[in-house]
Amino acid sequence: MRLKISAIAMALTLGTASAQTLTMGVGAPVTSLDPHFHQLSPNNAVAGMIFDRLVNTDAQARNVPGLAESWSAVAPDTWEFRLRRGVRFHNGSEFTAEDVAFTFARVPNVPNSPSSFAGFVRPIIRMEVVDSHTIRFTTNGPYPLLPQDLSNVYILDRETHANATTEQFNAGPMAIGTGPFRMVRHANGDRIEFERNDSYFGEAPAFARVNYRMITNDSARSAALLAGDVDVIDQVPTADLARMRTDPRVALAETVGLRIIFLSMDHMREDASPFVTDNEGRPIARNPLKDLRVRRALSMAIDRNAITSRVMEGSATAAGQFLPPGVFGHVTDLGPPAFDPEGARRLLAEAGFPNGFRITLHGPNDRYPNDGRIIQAIGQMWTRVGVRTAVDAQTWTTFVARAGRAEFSAFLIGWGSNPDASHPLRNLIACQSRERGWGNSNRGRYCNEAMDTRLVDAMRMLDDGARERELIAMQRLIFDDQAIIPLHIQTNIWAARRGFTVTPRADELTLGQSVRAAVAR
Amino acid sequence: MALYLLRRIMQSGFVLVAMSLLVFLGVFAVGDPIEILISPDADQIEKERAIRALGLDLPLWQQYLVFVSKALQGDLGRSFVFNEPAIQLILQRMPATLELAFGSMFLSILIGLPLGLYAGLRPDSAVSKGIMASSILGFSLPTFWVGLMLIMVFAVQLGWLPSTGRGDTAMLFGISWSFLTPDGLSHILLPAINLALFKISLVIRLTRAGVRETMLMDYVKFARAKGLSPFRVTFVHVFKNILIPVVTVVGLELGGTIAFSVVTESVFAWPGMGKLIIDSINVLDRPVIVAYLMMIVVMFIVINLLVDIVYTVLDPRVRLEAKA
Repeated sequence: MRLKISAIAMALTLGTASAQTLTMGVGAPVTSLDPHFHQLSPNNAVAGMIFDRLVNTDAQARNVPGLAESWSAVAPDTWEFRLRRGVRFHNGSEFTAEDVAFTFARVPNVPNSPSSFAGFVRPIIRMEVVDSHTIRFTTNGPYPLLPQDLSNVYILDRETHANATTEQFNAGPMAIGTGPFRMVRHANGDRIEFERNDSYFGEAPAFARVNYRMITNDSARSAALLAGDVDVIDQVPTADLARMRTDPRVALAETVGLRIIFLSMDHMREDASPFVTDNEGRPIARNPLKDLRVRRALSMAIDRNAITSRVMEGSATAAGQFLPPGVFGHVTDLGPPAFDPEGARRLLAEAGFPNGFRITLHGPNDRYPNDGRIIQAIGQMWTRVGVRTAVDAQTWTTFVARAGRAEFSAFLIGWGSNPDASHPLRNLIACQSRERGWGNSNRGRYCNEAMDTRLVDAMRMLDDGARERELIAMQRLIFDDQAIIPLHIQTNIWAARRGFTVTPRADELTLGQSVRAAVAR
Repeated sequence: MALYLLRRIMQSGFVLVAMSLLVFLGVFAVGDPIEILISPDADQIEKERAIRALGLDLPLWQQYLVFVSKALQGDLGRSFVFNEPAIQLILQRMPATLELAFGSMFLSILIGLPLGLYAGLRPDSAVSKGIMASSILGFSLPTFWVGLMLIMVFAVQLGWLPSTGRGDTAMLFGISWSFLTPDGLSHILLPAINLALFKISLVIRLTRAGVRETMLMDYVKFARAKGLSPFRVTFVHVFKNILIPVVTVVGLELGGTIAFSVVTESVFAWPGMGKLIIDSINVLDRPVIVAYLMMIVVMFIVINLLVDIVYTVLDPRVRLEAKA
């Protein structure tokens, strides 16, 4: 009864129902509400509204207490997580350590998963429930990244979700978590409706209802915002940025992201590379990209500021390394390489190519903002220093398969990092190794055994300071060797109508709890 | 008639088999779904697990046999990204597309027929010339551009109609429909107009040509000579005869609209089958692509059959017989 009265009082003070509803337009379709089915940003965003993790992440992608209040390594190979008490799932079931054990056992066994979360729990070789709210994980040797890995895994309830199928999550009845929102209705590929979880343990969301709509067409999403059909959109198209910056009805929320756009080069072939020829169109017997001077010249020939300001309309920052400032492993004095066409020509001549050579630069044309236009621009810049460049932009589905088979000589691609420098190093730079599980996105096949051995050691250092120093040293090494040519780090941009403010997130996730009512201006 | 239908069904069986082979080979030639679907930081163990889970470890001919044997039991495979039966996904989206397609067909007939009739009966009037000139625009303007313009004008500038989405729905026969609620109707109007523009022009031109041709026929002259009222001549003698080409074309257009309203559905974020297929192509969700194309083949076979049957109703001279 008291609850009812307070609800009425709240409704009276807060005004009409529509003022309490937030409508969001997101650019990428959510495909499943099963938080362990498909590791994909849009799915993770929705999971982040319904569920919680042991370790949550804040807007700057830093680890913050989630369902675990604290954690520490109690032995070199053992992590202890102390869990929050009094947390309940949306159906009233209590959260305990047993639920964590149940969740981590489910993660590797979700049928038909096209990309599972198994890798995040694989370091755990034993779980021990110490008491109802303490759990210990034993890893195979010291493993400092466990909290980081576990910040990707959403926790389910043992009582509710035993034998729950992906279809039951999608249909609704199993979409029950501890998170700030309850799922009310899921219209597949169209929208998801949420209501606030009033007993959430963390900060209460500002809106009682959230209507999460998928509008994949860029122009339609912008139009929906300008027409007032939605209050907030993500992935604001760069073509609309200039207009929205001056529109008084709209405010932008921007933050430097964790996604780097870079060029990858053929490090695999010693002899002729498939898309490199001399100026007469004949194959060159040795792959010029194996020569450090050539790789440096290609990097120096690029005017990164022209790309970020003209092509990207200011929605990117020129970069000389993987991560932006403030992230674990950022190298403070490694800026973007200076634009130096003269120096590039000199280096090419030193390397034995005074008249340059011909190359085809590949890239996707529907994956990253302005990807096709960026490689056009780079093609012109390279041609200006004597490397006559043809540009071939392809649709992502075709491009990524060919890039994965190392079919190209040079190509543009992007990488979204976890906030830890070891993540890009392991996946983009380390030699491909089934045993270590590294190098799976190393499509240029750069391989530096010395760095890999060093990385193996660093990955066992529990002391954060020592580990970060090692990661910084290794990045200096590989950027000195120009393993890749970094271009820029993307800015994540949301646009909101007047009356709404968005806290922009480095991890690109669009969450209902990131939006608040703006203070009257 | 029965024999004719039987033959048609057997022919359709062959078409289905041939189509399934073509679609399967075609889909197989495009890209690698694992590269698209798997998280970029997955290791080799995870990659191998995913390849097995999606059945992509088998050679192509085995994948095809698995597909055929399951298809014969009514199972067209499970979507890679939704983990739901492909056919169920498509059927879920079908009502949205159907109401859009029928809405646009309704508009095209409602607007196209009278205008075409007028242009045919008064070919020299200024209004007729205006109608014919604007029908050229309907043919030649690209759908996505018109769609964006409709949104810019009616949603963003004037604010009369919502820009995207389906709006409120109401249940009928256990399925949600937009056209049953005022809010839903306001959502369907712009995309339906956008889809209808081309068809309106088509109907105008077909009707006008038919009317002009029929008016010169002997039986029309005779009807006039008999002293029948112009109303009766137009709506009984002429109208019935010009309907045959119009029905054929509108029937086939309806099939095309149901199957390929991709552009309109993406521009207006209309959650129909067209949007499903384009999203599926983007992530190489092979089972959905294959199931969708198979369903479209079946649909066209059925529509063509229905059109043939409607002929016999409109024109008693047409007989559906199986002639060698």
